[in-house]
Formats: sequence, structure tokens, C-alpha cells
Amino acid sequence: MPNLYFKTIAELAVMLDAGETSSVAITQAVIDRARAVDGQVKAFLSFDVKDALKQAKASDQRRSEGKSLGLLDGIPVGIKDTLAVKDYPLCCASKILENYVSPFDATCILKLRKAGAVIWGRLNMDEFAMGSSTENSAYQTTSNPWDLEAIPGGSSGGSAAALAAGEAIATLGTDTGGSIRQPAALCGVVGMKPTYGLISRYGLVAFASSLDQVGPFARTVEDAAILMEAMLGKDPLDSTSIAPKGETGYASVLKNKKGPWKLGVPQEFFGEGIHPEIKSNIEKAVEWYKAQGCEIVNILLPHSELAVPVYYIIATAEASSNLARFDGVRYGLRSDDSKDALSVFTKSRGEGFGDEVKRRIILGTYVLSSGYYDAYYLRAQKVRRLILGDFEKAFDRVDAILTPTSPTPAFKRGERSEDPLSMYLSDIYTISVNLAGIPAISIPSGFTKSGLPIGLQIIGKAFGEADMFAVAHAFEQGHSYTRQTPNL
Amino acid sequence: MKYEVVIGLEIHVQIKTRTKMFTAAPYVYGAPPNTLTDAVVLGLPGSLPVLNHTAIEQCTKLGLMLNCEIAKECKWDRKNYFYPDSPKNYQLTQNEEPLCAGGKLEIELPGPSRNIEGEHRWVALNRIHLEEDPGKLTHGPFETTIDFNRAGVPLAEIVTEPDLFSSTEAVAFLNCLRNAIVYAGISDCDMEKGQMRCDANVSLRVSGSEKLGTRSEMKNLNSISNVKAAIEYEVLRQTEILEQGGSIVQETRRWDVESAQSFSLRSKEDAHDYRYFPDPDLMPVQMDSSRVAELKAELPERPLDKQRRYQKDLGLPFTITSVICVNRDLSEFFENALKTYYAPKQIANYIANDLLRELSSVSDYGESAHCVRQSMLTPSHIAILAKIIDEGVISKQIGKEVFVEMFQTGLMPDLIVERKGLSQSDDISEIESLCRQAISGNVKAVSQYKEGNEKALNALKGPVMKATKGKANPKILDQILKKLIDAQ
Repeated sequence: MPNLYFKTIAELAVMLDAGETSSVAITQAVIDRARAVDGQVKAFLSFDVKDALKQAKASDQRRSEGKSLGLLDGIPVGIKDTLAVKDYPLCCASKILENYVSPFDATCILKLRKAGAVIWGRLNMDEFAMGSSTENSAYQTTSNPWDLEAIPGGSSGGSAAALAAGEAIATLGTDTGGSIRQPAALCGVVGMKPTYGLISRYGLVAFASSLDQVGPFARTVEDAAILMEAMLGKDPLDSTSIAPKGETGYASVLKNKKGPWKLGVPQEFFGEGIHPEIKSNIEKAVEWYKAQGCEIVNILLPHSELAVPVYYIIATAEASSNLARFDGVRYGLRSDDSKDALSVFTKSRGEGFGDEVKRRIILGTYVLSSGYYDAYYLRAQKVRRLILGDFEKAFDRVDAILTPTSPTPAFKRGERSEDPLSMYLSDIYTISVNLAGIPAISIPSGFTKSGLPIGLQIIGKAFGEADMFAVAHAFEQGHSYTRQTPNL
Repeated sequence: MKYEVVIGLEIHVQIKTRTKMFTAAPYVYGAPPNTLTDAVVLGLPGSLPVLNHTAIEQCTKLGLMLNCEIAKECKWDRKNYFYPDSPKNYQLTQNEEPLCAGGKLEIELPGPSRNIEGEHRWVALNRIHLEEDPGKLTHGPFETTIDFNRAGVPLAEIVTEPDLFSSTEAVAFLNCLRNAIVYAGISDCDMEKGQMRCDANVSLRVSGSEKLGTRSEMKNLNSISNVKAAIEYEVLRQTEILEQGGSIVQETRRWDVESAQSFSLRSKEDAHDYRYFPDPDLMPVQMDSSRVAELKAELPERPLDKQRRYQKDLGLPFTITSVICVNRDLSEFFENALKTYYAPKQIANYIANDLLRELSSVSDYGESAHCVRQSMLTPSHIAILAKIIDEGVISKQIGKEVFVEMFQTGLMPDLIVERKGLSQSDDISEIESLCRQAISGNVKAVSQYKEGNEKALNALKGPVMKATKGKANPKILDQILKKLIDAQ
């Protein structure tokens, strides 16, 4: 029998209901595990053991009074350092927010609290979610639990690594261009980015507002579905949030939907730059679906090759403006060197931001400049609509799309940190999904010969989460990759 | 060479709403610094703006009042610039598509004297858009403090075409604009409280030329007299430069009240590149055309339309309409009084003379017209007063006394007359005996009257009125005096 900390939400919910365990026991198991392995993994920037146990006790108290709040009641969920938790540090792994404490909860955190979840720790990330390896954290480098020399992916590397290492039962991340799905693939866990607007962005520190989404990391598709159900919904505090359309009882729906489905495979996603072991792994996954009676349709996403450049125009433009508020005036780091308004701005930002953040602010400022706006930002928005059009056309013919999540498995630390462009290509298969605002999930689909996890990406229609979960669940049921755990 | 001055104004008006433009934080003038803030106002990480629909409605009303075209969609742009009073270092504004396009305002220029109506003309507007107010900086000798109370207050920016041709016209425009806005209940436009602020673009051209000259923009004009002084200063400065063969530099200048001079702030070359782009946090709002029609139907009669109507239909002179029509409370007071007793001229006179005199005697600020709502006097007080005078119950003379009494006590005029026994005396025998005394006491006046000097009779009426404390019915008194003298 596996340790409590490697169990799923669904399993623990049953045990809790049966009185076989308690939230305090689960939380303590997770705390002990984190204390034992986080020195190697370095997934957490900080955690508050006392507060976690206090929440766990409250959960056990509710349960003893017969007032359990549901499947998530008492489950420790780790939180990425870009989501606001009341009275917890909120640093986005940046020096510029060192010592900043949030006075409010993000809407997704509030919703998890209402479902009884134990809000657990602050998880490492690339500074302001800019990166694909978590090496851009200003505080520490997180390791991949499957290979401590390798990166966990990013930007939600801490969320993926903590879950894979058993330091949480589930975690939250954010996904702007692949920041949930790519690390999920590299760490061998499930990671999901919902339809844009399905989860409120209130309390998510904005990187690129039109692309950012909160999403879950979980051990199984079912667990991800449970977390999604708890967090989704229109929020009066986020004008871009949308009331869900279609089925939302994901966790029960996914077991009832059995296919067969029409599944699209875009040829553009298997070309240059893909690691041969990943290519054959995903082809094998496609074959599996075919063997189950699914119709496999070759589809075209002709504008997907433009996704990376379009993304780096739109995301950096929005970031250059979103990050302007970190100026040393009202909160966060203020340079000791500053003596007037201008130097408060320039010195605080100069000292507070890391290289990648500066690079993107400069890029974003450039593409919005007068004289360049039309050529870059406006044109990028037009191409963005073409990319969405490609998907809409494809979804006329298919129920979901199968692609690799990442072109390569986890790479070694430092391997790409000097070459931003090669780092940017880590997200080549995930970025177009954010530009189109549609949902996608990465699920474990096998391992390389050297034992590194591989992820299969399943892309759904806008608000087509129920189908997407069902397709993913079917694969998971037919394989045993999801419950593999690293040796630590 | 003779030059013509061309002026365009940009007026910022704080729109009266209970809460700020993008958050539920309240706004009231004069609260202790930084007490009217919240996460959104301070731009805390993770906060998002949510639109206050009242601000849009109020600005729509303003646009309709000023004959603008109302946009089909209300969109938001970010104006990016770093300044310590700007919490996000970008301002939410409407760059591409203002809520209100075009428009015009009828203005009344000063006449040759205060009692003679001046010329009217229409001034063309370019646009009105909504934006958020920044905080307020206060510069001390050693430090600058920031108050974010004002930050996020809805501002309407009204931009005129270069369609004003003297400082007098600019002043007339501002006065008429203020009247219209206060009338519609959109803002109190108190310039001392920063509720209305003005920038002026001033340029000169050779008289008769169509082409606009190079302009300078005068900032920080926080009273109408400053607008006048700054424009006049600028006209002299530019004339001097042009006459010496120089050319005007396009620049922004700051008006300094103390020295009554303007100073260059920055030239065109130093102008900001605001890197406008559509705000990704706020969705465009579709304007409901039926609601716009409703708002249009609810607009009050414009002040100058009312003035025309009072002159034409009620036969009121300019000296009266110019006082009553500039203030909506006064004109409504007047119209309500007419509903009780239709005597436009008498009632208008009471309002324009007696009421305003009494109000200003109790007002600390000389803004007498504003306190008419607070006064104990109601429209029926004045209507009934006019009625009992017309009915001969009291004389006009006594009416003045009753007016003061009712203003101070709030008692109805008929009650005052009854309690104080002020009704006119029709006691012919008493009046006759007093008249005889008057005639015998002033032989000179009697002979003058007999020689045809009608006015000489007044010298005889005086002592009678004095003896009756003004209660003698003037008509009866007149008849008796004439009868007695004729009988001599």
C-alpha cells in the first residue's frame, strides 16, 4: 500500500469518509515528506506547517460533525507563488516582491477553501512565470524528482515537482504558454489548462492577462477534474471570467463517456525539433486510441508555426504594462540607492527584476512603441485570430486533438539557460492553445529509455473540458503511467 | 502684423459616483489621505478592475447634454507612463474610441453691460472620453507625499475643437459648460476641489489665415480666472516672439499662480510615447441603445434653452433670467411656485432679488444659489406671498417685511400676516382723519399737487403710511387724498 502522500484525492476522500485516516494525518504525511525530500527537490519557497495543520484540524472537526464540504475537504493543495493567499508571501519568485504579503485571497483559493482544501505552502516558479525550466526563480532552482540534475519544466516547476515528489496531494499552477502542461509532462503528472475565463484570474499576479489561466496539477485525470469543478465559475471580480457552458460535472462525466471519439492529429506537431523517443511515444498513444475504435483524423493547423513569435509579441506587450506597477513606490523592493522618483523607479526595477523579466519587458515595450505597434502588436493579434480559426475548423471534424506536450523530455539544468530562443521552443506545442483560449491537458504517456516522463497533450474545444477529460481518462485507464513515482 | 488667437480646451470633470470607476472603494472629497483605497486602487498584485456602470451612464448623459454621438461600444485602453501618482503606472482610458464623439455647446458671451444679454454661439467639441483619475502629489520642501484617495475616480475628459478665439470666449465656454454639467447632475464642477480642471491649447495665426499656428499647452489651470490669465499671458508671450521674427516651439507649459507666469515643462521632443493598447482585463461593453434613448429623454432642459423660453413665453427680462436660469434648483423652485400661483414676473422678482439676498446673507461662501434646497422657504411660500399681494391683503411694502420673516421662520406668509396683524387697513374714517392731518401739515405739497405735480402727493402719503405702519391700503389712500384736496 502506497504512502498517504502518494495517494489521489479520490482515494483519500474514500478513506476520510470511512474514518481510515484524517486530514491531520494526510497533512502531516505531506509535511514530513516535504521535510524529507524538499532539500533535494527545492519545490517550496516556503510553507507554514502550523497554519496547514490548523486548517487540517478544522477539516477533521467539520467531518466529525457531519459537515464535510466534499471530496476536497482536508486535502493539502500546494500553491504556486503567483496566486494570492491571504497573509502569505506573494513573491512570484522575484526579488522585487521579496517580503510582500498578500492582504487577500485569490478567487480560486477562496473557492478551494470553501471546498475545505488545506492551502499548503508557496511553490517555486520562474520569476513572474517567465520561463520553461524554473531556473529563472530569483530564490532557488527546483529539481526534477525523476532526475535531480534535470529541470522540472516551468514556469510552474515547483507545482509539478512537489506533486511528483509526494510533497502535496495536488497543486495549483498557472499557464500562459504551457506553464502547467510542460512541467506536468516533464515530471510525470497530470496538468491542465482550462478554457480562458473558466477560472477567475482575480488574485493571479498578471503576466499576460489575455493568456493567463489558473489550472490544477494532479495525480490522475479524475483528481484534476475534481479540482476544476471546485474552482470554475464566473467571478464578479474578474470581467474576463465566463459562466461555464456545457457539462461541468467533470469527475462523474469522465467515467461515463466512453467514446469512441474522433481524434485529430496535427502533422505540424511532429516535424522538426521533436525528440525521436517522444515522437514514437505519442504515435504509440495515437495507435492505442485507434485500437480502441477511435477514428484518427489527420488535421492541419497551418498557422501554428507562427504561434511562438505571436506569443512573444502579445505576452511581452501585456507583461511590459502589467509589470509596470512593481516600481518600489507602494510596496515591494525599494532600492536603498534611490533618492528621487526616477531613481526609485529605475534602481528598484533594475535591482528587483531578473534578466529574463527585463528581456521581456524591453521586448514588450518595443512592440508597443509608436511606429511599431501596427507592425507587431496589431499584426500579432490578427495572426492570433487565424490560429484560433485553425482550431475551430479542426473541431468541426474532431472531438479532441492529440499532440506531444513538449518536444523534449526534461533537460539538464543550465543546458538552455544561456539560449533564450531554445528555451522559448520548449513551449512550441502548448502556446497555440493559450492563443486560442481553449483547454488542454497533459497526461503521462510513458518514459524515455533513460527513465524520464513523457506527456501526451489532449486539446479540447472551448468549454469542451468534459470531453477532454473523458478522452484523457480513457488513456489513463488503459495504461499504468500515471501512478509511477520517482525514487527519492 | 495683426494676430488672431485660437484656443482649444481640454477639461477634466470628476463624475459624481458613489464608488470609484473600477472598484467598490468609495470617494468623498477631503477624507484623510489614503483612507479611500483598496487592492484595485493601489494596484496590488493580483487585483483586477471591474467597471462601474454608473460612470458610463453619467458620461453618456454628459455626451447627450453636449450633443455628442454616443459610441455603440465602450472600450478601454491602457496609457502607459511611469509617474508616482499612478498606482499601476498605466492609466485606463479611451484612446481609440471615445464614449462620446463630436458634439457642440451653446455659449453666451458677455453683453456690453451686466444687464444686457450678449451674443450666443456654438462651440464645436472633438470628443468626450472616460478615464481614471490618478492620485495627488503634494510637494513639500524636503519630500513629496502621495494621496491615492483620488486615484480611480471617474473622469470625463472633454476636448473642444480649436474653436475659441479669445480668453473671454474661453471663460464663457467654461461657465456655460459648468452650468450644463451641474444642471444634469453629472458633477458639482467645483474647481477648488479639483472636480473640474482645465488645460488650454493656445496658438496665434495671422488674422484671416485659415492655417493653425504652433500651439503651446497650458497645464494646471485650476480656476476660471487662471484660465483667463494664462491665456492672456500666453497671447502676449507668443505675440512678442512672433513680432521679433521668432517661431513658437510646441511645448507643454505650467501656469504658476504665484508669479502669474507660465514655465516650459517639456517640448514636443520629450513627449511621452504612451504605448496605448487595448486593456485585456476589461471586456468592451455594448451600449444599450434603448437605455441611451431613455437617458436622452431624462435630460433636463439646457440652461440657455430655458432662458430663451422664460424670455419669450413668460416675458421675463434678461436681468432676471440670467440669474434664475444658471441654477437648476432656482429655476425648478420658480417653476414649482408657478404651479401654486401663476404670477411669473412677481415670483421671478422675489427669487432673483429677495430670495438670493436672504440666501447670501446666511451663506458662508457666497454660493447662495446652492443652498436653496436647504432653505426653509418652499415655492409655495413665495407663490402665496405674491397671491396675497395681488389680492390686496398686504401692500408690496409689507410684502418685503413678510418675506424676511418667512425666510427666517419658515412660517407661511398668510399666517405671518394674521399673527402680526399686518393686513391692510381699509378703515376709511381712520385713513381720512390721518389724511386731513397730512394736508393741513404740508401746505406746500398740496399747492404743488394742485399745480399739476402728481408726485407731490407722495409727501402726503408718507406720514399716513408711517402712522398706520404701512398698513393703509395704498389705493384707498390715494383716492381719499385726491378727493379731500379736490374738495378744498
